Amino acid sequence: MSESTTYTGFWQESPRPGILGWLLSTDHKRIGIMYLCCITTMFIVGACLGLALRLELIAPGVTVMTPQTYNATFTVHGIIMIFMFLIPSIPAAFGNLLLPIQIGARDVSFPKLNLISWYCYVIGAILAMFAIFGGGGAPDTGWTFYVPFSTQTSTNVSLVAFAAFMLGFSSILTGINFVTTVHRLRCKGLTWGRLPLFVWTLYATAWVQVLATPMIGITLVLIILERTFGAGLFDAARGGDPILFQHLFWIYSHPAVYIMILPGMGVISEVIPTFARKPLFGYWAMALSSLAIAFAGSLVWGHHMYASGMSDFAILIFSFLTFIVAIPSAIKVFNWVSTLYKGSIELAPPMLFALAFIFNFAIGGLGGLALGAAASDIHLHDTTFVVGHFHYVMFGGGGFALFAALHYWLPKFTGRMYRHKPAVISWALLFVGFNITYMAMQAVGIMGMPRRYYDYLPQFHTLNLISTIGSWILAVGLIIMFVNLWQGARKGRPVGKNPWGAATLEWTIPSPPPIENFGAEDPVVTKGPYEFKGVVADEY
Amino acid sequence: MSIEHRDDTGDRFGMWLFLYTEVILFSGLFILYAVSLSRFPGDFAQGSHQLNIYLGSINTIVLLTSSLTIALAVSAIQMNRIRQCLTLCGVTVVLALVFLVNKYFEWSAEISHGIYPGSQHLAEMGAGVSAFFNLYYFTAGLHGLHVLIGGSLIGVVAVLTARGKITSERYTLLENSALFWHLVDLVWIFLFPLYYLIL
Repeated sequence: MSESTTYTGFWQESPRPGILGWLLSTDHKRIGIMYLCCITTMFIVGACLGLALRLELIAPGVTVMTPQTYNATFTVHGIIMIFMFLIPSIPAAFGNLLLPIQIGARDVSFPKLNLISWYCYVIGAILAMFAIFGGGGAPDTGWTFYVPFSTQTSTNVSLVAFAAFMLGFSSILTGINFVTTVHRLRCKGLTWGRLPLFVWTLYATAWVQVLATPMIGITLVLIILERTFGAGLFDAARGGDPILFQHLFWIYSHPAVYIMILPGMGVISEVIPTFARKPLFGYWAMALSSLAIAFAGSLVWGHHMYASGMSDFAILIFSFLTFIVAIPSAIKVFNWVSTLYKGSIELAPPMLFALAFIFNFAIGGLGGLALGAAASDIHLHDTTFVVGHFHYVMFGGGGFALFAALHYWLPKFTGRMYRHKPAVISWALLFVGFNITYMAMQAVGIMGMPRRYYDYLPQFHTLNLISTIGSWILAVGLIIMFVNLWQGARKGRPVGKNPWGAATLEWTIPSPPPIENFGAEDPVVTKGPYEFKGVVADEY
Repeated sequence: MSIEHRDDTGDRFGMWLFLYTEVILFSGLFILYAVSLSRFPGDFAQGSHQLNIYLGSINTIVLLTSSLTIALAVSAIQMNRIRQCLTLCGVTVVLALVFLVNKYFEWSAEISHGIYPGSQHLAEMGAGVSAFFNLYYFTAGLHGLHVLIGGSLIGVVAVLTARGKITSERYTLLENSALFWHLVDLVWIFLFPLYYLIL
């Protein structure tokens, strides 16, 4: 790769010099990189808070923080991880980086809107930081903002609700942009049947973002109005209904779970065929199950409220619909495994993370069924089992998918390869640490430990101690991974166009990609995304 | 970096998606309305009778007319009649202002009677009446905000048309603003009967 030692692609080519070339850029790759920087920062902040929570729970009673600090810490941990990390992580960062390239376009449909959505994200994040450190103190409601507590507490709930509103607006704009882009800008020959699975999942996610996010927008505005004018729309004494708030909140926030996991499934669907050297098993089943998850996932919000006072009939319906979602999810897991069958498997770092994803997601998904069934949910509701389940899906699923994406695509965008040995070590630590931390949490939840308590009964001590030790292994893994990726991006070995031997469009252009991606001539696609015949991996 | 991205169909497609998000935004308030109505039908009727049906009707006529004028403005630009288009945009903006002024008088009268969210008077009138007026203020307020945004948008588009940035060849921005304005109109068409008429 002698010619690529001085070549830096979109990192250098810009009409404006210096920092303005980034802050005012409408290039989807630069916006993607800016998103990536923001979400990584947010992830590190959120992870530190999570470690602090685990440290508090190392022994019964007050250990490192007061009860009020504990409440604020888990609230801020949730708000940061959900609204500022998971929701924009893969869709906004890797979606921006890859969606236009994978469909053979020069940019998204609305490049300026894309930049505006990044600014909405940044404004939202800054406002949230103000809310956490200023005035009445960090919010202590939990990330769900349940009334009546959220309308009564003196902490900065209004400001953080407005911040979440801005983040939601950013998410809507990205969704509109991606749906339009997939419909309008696919290059010649790229039929719907030849779309990479990552594009399919981004497309399904974008629909959820467009359809569901406005609901959280209006709900958060109502919280702010309640606090400002004391209107009582959710106050039973003044003609309101607190349960209605929970409905409105979950109408968005359950589909939001699929905003977080679907693009991760897309990443896994790209990584597994590449490193198994086999076409993805059941392409159409995979593509349509993405849409099915998005659709069915929008109808199951009630399963968060079995214990809130719903009618038995409603519980029955929501429970049934929840089980329906398991079908497309299971289709995905089985098809990944079938793709591996008799493949020529190469255990490169992205593949290891993808395999860990399948393992963790299977556990998280099955735990979801235990919570979706009304009978067992009554027992498990509001225990740490729920917390463990959620982290299995969101961290073990969404987080590990992001790590897989980082190891798979960063060499493409930096033009340099990280070292594989530390990557594998970090993977092993993350995988082991993750499972220790959250399996112990699930177990202690089944024993009856409630969530959101800084204190617990003595019989829960051992498992909590194990969980906290697991979180330290997890932290070491994260540090090694980020340092290794950073060093790889700075001074790793230069890579060619296609280090992994993958067949989608982004691997046909130089690493890092040039501005406008494809040079003078638009690409023409003549084969599917997973036809590896004739595709050769570049040495690095 | 002058990537020529001209894609009028794509621009319209994006606008329709955005309008859909607006519908969902308002639907949250309509859900609250439906639930509260089923809980307090009597109180809702009592609250509804205190609204000024004449001001509401005038505003409905004003908004419907403004929807007509903006639709005609789009037709005018398609036929390259710039002056006519500008006049029609101007009339639309004026009608938007008339709507807001009307709303101002309507709300002032109600507030002077002690009817506003969180007021003592409202609390004494019972939970259902309270819920009715809270929803009325928030829904109509959100709609009023949209009238303000839509009117400003049409004003900006008119300036761009006068400067020759929007022409009979390239008028998607005007068309999209008109679509937004129709949505604002449409929301009112649902608000008006729900709050003023049917109870």
